[in-house]
Amino acid sequence: MTLLSAENLRVSYGTTAILQDVSLSIAAGEIVTIVGPNGSGKSTLLRSLIGALRPDSGRILREAGLRIGYVPQKLSIDATLPLTARRFLDLPRRVSRAQAETALTRTGVAHVANRQMADLSGGQFQRVLLARAILNAPQLLILDEATQGLDQPGAAQFYRLIEDVRADLGCAVLMVSHELHVVMSASDRVICLNGHICCEGTPEVVSAAPAYRELFGTGTGGALALYRHDHDHHHHHHHHGTTD
Amino acid sequence: MLDDFLVRAALAAVGTALAASILGCFVVWRRMAYFGDATAHAAILGVALALALNVSVIAGVGFVALIVALLIHRLSDRQQGTDTILGVLAHGALALGLVAVALLPGARIDLEAYLFGDVLTVTRGDLAVIWAGVLVVLALLWWHWSALLLATLNPDLATASGVDPQRENLILTLMLAGVVAVAIKVVGALLITALLVIPAAAARRASNGPERMAAVAALIGVTAALGGIALSLQLDTPTGPSIVCVAVALFACASLGGRFIRSA
Repeated sequence: MTLLSAENLRVSYGTTAILQDVSLSIAAGEIVTIVGPNGSGKSTLLRSLIGALRPDSGRILREAGLRIGYVPQKLSIDATLPLTARRFLDLPRRVSRAQAETALTRTGVAHVANRQMADLSGGQFQRVLLARAILNAPQLLILDEATQGLDQPGAAQFYRLIEDVRADLGCAVLMVSHELHVVMSASDRVICLNGHICCEGTPEVVSAAPAYRELFGTGTGGALALYRHDHDHHHHHHHHGTTD
Repeated sequence: MLDDFLVRAALAAVGTALAASILGCFVVWRRMAYFGDATAHAAILGVALALALNVSVIAGVGFVALIVALLIHRLSDRQQGTDTILGVLAHGALALGLVAVALLPGARIDLEAYLFGDVLTVTRGDLAVIWAGVLVVLALLWWHWSALLLATLNPDLATASGVDPQRENLILTLMLAGVVAVAIKVVGALLITALLVIPAAAARRASNGPERMAAVAALIGVTAALGGIALSLQLDTPTGPSIVCVAVALFACASLGGRFIRSA
């Protein structure tokens, strides 16, 4: 069953086309990752899908009454705004204490409920964002570079948490990342984006595809295999991204 | 009771302070202080317009403030820095207003009353308009509180939750124009931003949540309004600046108190 699909999206800022001829669809329960170099339109695509950007042409179809949980790339809370994690979950609609506790427990941050959002560590902050996103039992969870600012073990943990949440809720997950190795191992399907869709398929298929190797270099093929078996190692990889 | 000019002044100041201090929290959270300033400076142009067309000053001010606020919104999407746009519009509108007032034929008007407020001359009619505006602003704040907060945090997060951030911005702009209109009689065009920003800033340290910050800001705003009127009677000083002075004193107390508590 298709939850969300896009047909022939075209988005441009001014005269520069960011996305061209992008079509994709997300089925219930699958984890889809969008990878691509900086400036490849990943965030633009997600923002179009959640309705924050209007595409110049093309269509976005949602299943009627689709519940989406969204985790933004970065949420900077102004220091002048006092906000506890618990109060944050109440936006825009109040939730019961039990609902809030369940969500925070599921993402492993029940102990920070009464702390100020500004005082949380990067990992805790992202987990609170995730807790808020799963409050309405979403059918589709959308995450935009949710592990930015986390170190590699932290990021790996976060992706495993997402796999757990998916297993719990049975929701589909659509995420964007440039951390190829960690992300791809957790995905059912990978879409490689660079203004248009270069290639897509299972992680193995995409990492072997010439278009993908052209964008990211060949070194990542081995890294993928490595990370599929061991998430916790500390490695310093450099992305050989050739931007357009 | 309303026959007493002091009662009318107190009611006008309290109403204005209430709406301004709560709305002011959003001005502070969104770092819009200069935006408030630009909107408020445009009020003088509104005064000139109202006098020229012989309509209510509050209506004229509200109208022009709204136009300028919307203009800032539109222009700041473009390639100019928002602070530059604000600088152009704030001082442009103020200067244009001052020139327009000088060009008005006949009636010599007391410009100082509009620049610094003249709450002691508030009439029953003014009072009715001021409180109508205040109640509309408070109702909008109450009704849109969570949506405004979410749009303040992150526009995309708001969109994904079914809240249109553009609409919330527009509502905020409308409320700001409304507060500028009702505040012109109380503290005048040049001091409106003080009434927006100072109570919220003073409330920050004492607050662990947005609602509490709004409540504390309201309390500080109302205290400043009443204290300022008392001060101006005592010392025979202009009322608008006196209100702002009391607000600043409360801010200083809150800051020093906060520092004291932290170091203790």
